[in-house]
Parts: sequence; structure tokens; C-alpha cells
Amino acid sequence: MTQGAVLIRSDRCKGCGLCIQACPQQVLAFAETFNARGYRPVQLDERERFCTGCGVCAIVCPDVVFTVYRQPLRRAERR
Amino acid sequence: MARALWKGNEALAEAAIRAGVDAFFGYPITPQTELLEYMARRMPELGRVFLQAESEIAAINMVYGAACAGARAMTSSSSPGISLMQEGLSYIACSEAPCVVVDIMRGGPGLGNIQPSQADYFQLTRSAGHGDFHPLVLAPATLQEAVDLMYASFDLAFKYRTIVIIAGDGALGQMMEPVEMPPMRPPAPDRPDWAVFGAKGRPPRAITSLYLDAEELEQVNQRLQAKLKVIAANEQRWECHLTEDAEYLVVAFGTVARIAKSAVRAARAAGVRAGLFRPISLWPYPSEALSKLIGQMRGVLVVEMNAGQMLEDVRMAVCGRTPLRFLGRMGGVIPMPDEIAAEIVHMARTHQRGNGHGAQRLLQFKE
Amino acid sequence: MTTLSLEAPLREVSAPPQMEIVYAPPAALADVPMHYCPGCSHGAIHRLIAEVVDELAIRERTLCVAPVGCAVFAYKYFNFDSCEAAHGRAPAMATGLKRVLPDRIIFTYQGDGDLASIGANEILHASLRGEPISVIFVNNAVYGMTGGQMAPTTLVGMKTTSSPLGRDPLTQGRPIHITEMLATIPGVAYAVRRSMHSAAEIRKTKKAIRLAFQAQLQGLGLSIVEVLAACPTNWRLTPIEALDFIRDRMLPEYPIGDFKVDERLREKG
Repeated sequence: MTQGAVLIRSDRCKGCGLCIQACPQQVLAFAETFNARGYRPVQLDERERFCTGCGVCAIVCPDVVFTVYRQPLRRAERR
Repeated sequence: MARALWKGNEALAEAAIRAGVDAFFGYPITPQTELLEYMARRMPELGRVFLQAESEIAAINMVYGAACAGARAMTSSSSPGISLMQEGLSYIACSEAPCVVVDIMRGGPGLGNIQPSQADYFQLTRSAGHGDFHPLVLAPATLQEAVDLMYASFDLAFKYRTIVIIAGDGALGQMMEPVEMPPMRPPAPDRPDWAVFGAKGRPPRAITSLYLDAEELEQVNQRLQAKLKVIAANEQRWECHLTEDAEYLVVAFGTVARIAKSAVRAARAAGVRAGLFRPISLWPYPSEALSKLIGQMRGVLVVEMNAGQMLEDVRMAVCGRTPLRFLGRMGGVIPMPDEIAAEIVHMARTHQRGNGHGAQRLLQFKE
Repeated sequence: MTTLSLEAPLREVSAPPQMEIVYAPPAALADVPMHYCPGCSHGAIHRLIAEVVDELAIRERTLCVAPVGCAVFAYKYFNFDSCEAAHGRAPAMATGLKRVLPDRIIFTYQGDGDLASIGANEILHASLRGEPISVIFVNNAVYGMTGGQMAPTTLVGMKTTSSPLGRDPLTQGRPIHITEMLATIPGVAYAVRRSMHSAAEIRKTKKAIRLAFQAQLQGLGLSIVEVLAACPTNWRLTPIEALDFIRDRMLPEYPIGDFKVDERLREKG
């Protein structure tokens, strides 16, 4: 399993929840607090390590909140 | 350059071409259509844009698009079509995209007819669309003047980033007269720095007329109003004819002004010292020039092919200082010289009988 | 319901060490917050357009003609030149632009009220002329900006603020299928419908937008992509329910599909 991660711009999130539903690994959840615009932004929850960097969250997000990262494959696997 | 016989609509078209028009978008409507037809032949020859739009609404919005790209864009139409263009004109005015519009006025209101008229005066000078703005409105009385004004129109539009309207009528559009065409001007070298044509090597630009913030929109309006003051100060145009020793002043523009010249001559032959004041710019109206003449006048007669529209601008200039009379023909009826002359002479006679200064008698229509 | 504390700081995730970026917001999209409602598809559609503009490397010669409607601020969200048309007139304005800038990529971004109602004549004639522009037509079945009135695309029986008892076909007609209509016009090179109701469908929408721009690059004629979009606020649904609404209620009336694909259209490498 590739290891992935996402960078979330919490200030831009409007708490629509589309990414939470769409995430195949169910690693996203609403934060416990509000952002400056009064929305509960999304964040990686305790299942964070299961993120594969698939980017589905970024695809469904209407507010371009996500930057998606992936662990580069070790040189052997790259050939 | 030799003078040649031109038809009004075609002379206007060729003058626009010589002025360097890049794109023409129009729609058929009598009595203006020959302008479009001429453009249909000439513009492709010169590798320029010609397109007959699906409606005047589409045409003015095509002009708006081309103008946003900094192109010299124009359209032409007649009264009903100009009504359809009003929303577009308002958008263009707010975003300060320069363009030229020709209005060959016809009988109205409604479908009206195709005879000449001047009944778009208010529409052009007071409310060419919603919101506070004024196009620069120029009203030629001869085909040579129409050509000269058209030739200058794009430079004026781009100088002030405003709409310039050439206000003619069915007579001017359809008649033929000898005209000397100005030389062909090369196309504009580069695009203005406010235009949108692809953000290459610079930050992107947006041309819009949307300002949701009230203060911001007020600032936009203040900028537009300041510009209108500059235009008003610099672009007033008029002609005085036999006014030096005149005691009775006829005020008329366009086709009616030509007819009024004959009437002034006839009145003078009948012993009445008459003169003519002919506004060429309908907006900005040449109020100061007119106002200066009023002091020497015993009466003023306004003659228009409408129910009395420029009359209001004249009334403001006269300011009650002398009797003001109005002769209006509507429905496309053109007033005849003898009609106007009779009115001048009648004014002089009633004045002598002491009908007096203050009485401001408005003869609404020709009974 | 857990009580939400206002003090706890947001968990900022810093960039993970030695990981590769696989997705970042596109350069052609302005880095500004967008005004759209939570769950509205407009923002994602803007992003797809910006991604396509980046991938085709045409940012410096692309112009957007923004509409009047929810996307009235579209011009603020793109990193390329744009202008704003009167309601319904974007295809005419785009025609004016394209005629004087034939080598630029011009696209209109329009809603269903803008394109299929007041602007139906403009899109019809731009298509009849085969104007080589691209049209991104967002169908969310209502007039969004003005608060959810009935649009030509409102479904039969669908309640809106101007069809409070549900759209009655006897008095208010049936939903318009304008993309299928335009597909019958020779001047149209590409006319398809896509949707935003799932990640898979969004991927297909992006591909269609790319093909639309490709059709313009090849000068094949007018290209139009109708995109079924969610309008949670005016549908009075949650963002998730809105996606279900598209799938369960809109798709039967507005099936996804290709209605016209010019055979000369090729996917650029």
C-alpha cells in the first residue's frame, strides 16, 4: 500500500462533507472547532496513516482545499 | 481627393472603414440597412470582421466583446434596434469599452415607419440605457459632416473610452450628396493596456460592470461622471448661421437644421432678421454657446421632428429670458421651409403687437 | 452532539516530509476563496477548467466570458483574462472576442437560466455559425443566484420558488434538452452531457472539458459540455443529498452521454 497524505487549507473549507463521504479509506472527519468563516473544516482523523494519496478528496472538493502527497515508490519498484 | 456622389448609409460605412474600424456587427433594419450591406462587401475585402448578428441584442454584445479586446468595433441600427441595444450600451458604458454606434432614426414609437425622425433624442442624450451615463452623441446635417464625424468617432471613443453615437435619420441615410472621402488610416498599431486579449507576460485582467460593493460602484460612477465633465468641456460642437444680427433664433439639428436655413433666408426676405443655431453635439449639448445668443433675441423657435425633446435643452439655455416657441412634426413628416418661415414671421409679428417678453408660448404641434 | 470548543486550535497538517505532490490546486485557478455555497459544484467545475487550461498550456491565450448568475464572479477565480457578459449574451460576446482574437481560446461559462432561457437565441446562433468557442453549461435545474426559481431545466414536479406546487408541464412546459438540440447543428463539433455527482463522474467531466477545448484548438466548430451540478441551498438538501438528487432525479431526465463528437476530434497527446 502506498503511503499518502493530504494538506488541508482549513480556512477555505466550508464543511460540505463531500470529501468525507468520498474518501475510500475514510480518513477524513470534521474538526472539533470552527474556522474563521464559521464552518467546521475537514481534517485527517486518527485513521490518518491509511491515506493512500489517491486524491479523490481533491477531485470532489468544490473549494480546492486539498494538496495530495504520496510516498515515492522505492527505486526498485520504479523500474 | 475628388468629391464623389455617395448615399448616406454607404458614406458612413466607408468613412468608418477609412477610420480603421476592425469589426462591424449589425442587423438589418430600414432605413439603415445599406450601411450593413456595404460593410458586408467591403470589410471582408480588407480582412476585417463583418458579422450579421441574430438580433440587435446580439450585435451590441458582439461589439462589447470585440471592444473588450481593444478592437475598433461598431454597429449601426435604427430606433427600434437602438431600443434593443440599451442594456448592452449600459454594460459597455460601465466597463468603459470604447465603441461607435450609428442610429439612423425612423418614425416611432413602436414599429412606426421608415420615414426620418428625431424622436430618439431623449433616448440617446438622456437614457441610452439604465444607470448614469451619456454617450457622446453627434448629429450631422450633411453627408460630408457625417463622414467627418464618423472619421473622428473612433479616436474620440478611444480617447475617452466612451460610446460615440452618430445620430442621423432616414433622410440622411437614404439621400445622396457629393462627399470627399478622408484617406485610409492604418489599423491601430497595438492593443490598449486596459484590453483583454490573453494574459501573456502580465497579470490577468477582467472587464466587468459588476461591483457588488456600493462604495466601489459609487467610485466607478464618480470616475464616469468626472470623465463626462471632461467630455462636456471639450466636445461641444455647434454651428451659428446668420446669428450676428439676428433678432429671432431658430434652433434645430440634423436634417431639420438644413431645412431651417432656407426658412431663415425666406424670413429675412420677408424683413425678419432671423438666424439659426445648429447643435452638432447633442450630448454634450452646446448650452453656453446657445445661451450667449439669447440676450440679443426677441424670440426663439425650436423645430424638431418629434414632440419636443431638444426643446427641453433649449428651454434650459433660454431660461425664460425670451419667448420660446416650438414647431414639431412627428410620424416621419418632414417640416417644409415655408412652414418654418411662416412660424418665424408669425413670432416676429406677434412680438411687435406686444405679445411680450415673458409669455413663453409653446405651439405644441402644427395644427 | 459533542459540544464544539471554539478555543482548540485547528490541526494544521504541515507538508509531509519526502513525499511527492500528486495533486495541487491548478495554476490557472486564482488562489482566492470562492463565494459559492458549501457543496455547490461550480467551484469544482472552475477547478476542472483550470486544470485543463494548465494541461493544454494555454493559460496565456485563454479568455473566459463570465455569465450573470451564481458564476457571476467566475472572472475572479481564473488566472487568465476574462470579461463579463450581460445575462444570456455570453455566446454573442464570445463571438465578438473570437472574431477579433481568432488565435485565442475563448470559452463561456453559463448557467441554465443564462444559456437555455434568456440566452437561448444567442447559443443557438453561435452554434448555427459554428463559432469556434467552447461553452461550459452548468445545469443545476434552478436559477441559483436569485434564490432558486424555476429554470427551463427544472424537472417536472420539482418545487422551486417560482413553481411552488412543483413544475406543471401543462402550464410551465417540460425540461429543455438544449444540448441534444444543439447537437443536431452542423456547426457544433462536440456536444456532451456530464455530471458532478461522484468522483468518477467528475473525472469524465474533466475529460469532456478537455475535449471541448481540444475541439476549439482544432477549429472544428462550437463545443459545449453540459454539466449536471448540485445546488444544495436552493434544492434545500444537504450537499450529500444533492448528489443523490442528481443521480436519482436528474439523470433519468438528463442522461449522461455524447450527443455529437466530430470524428476529426483527437485527444491531444
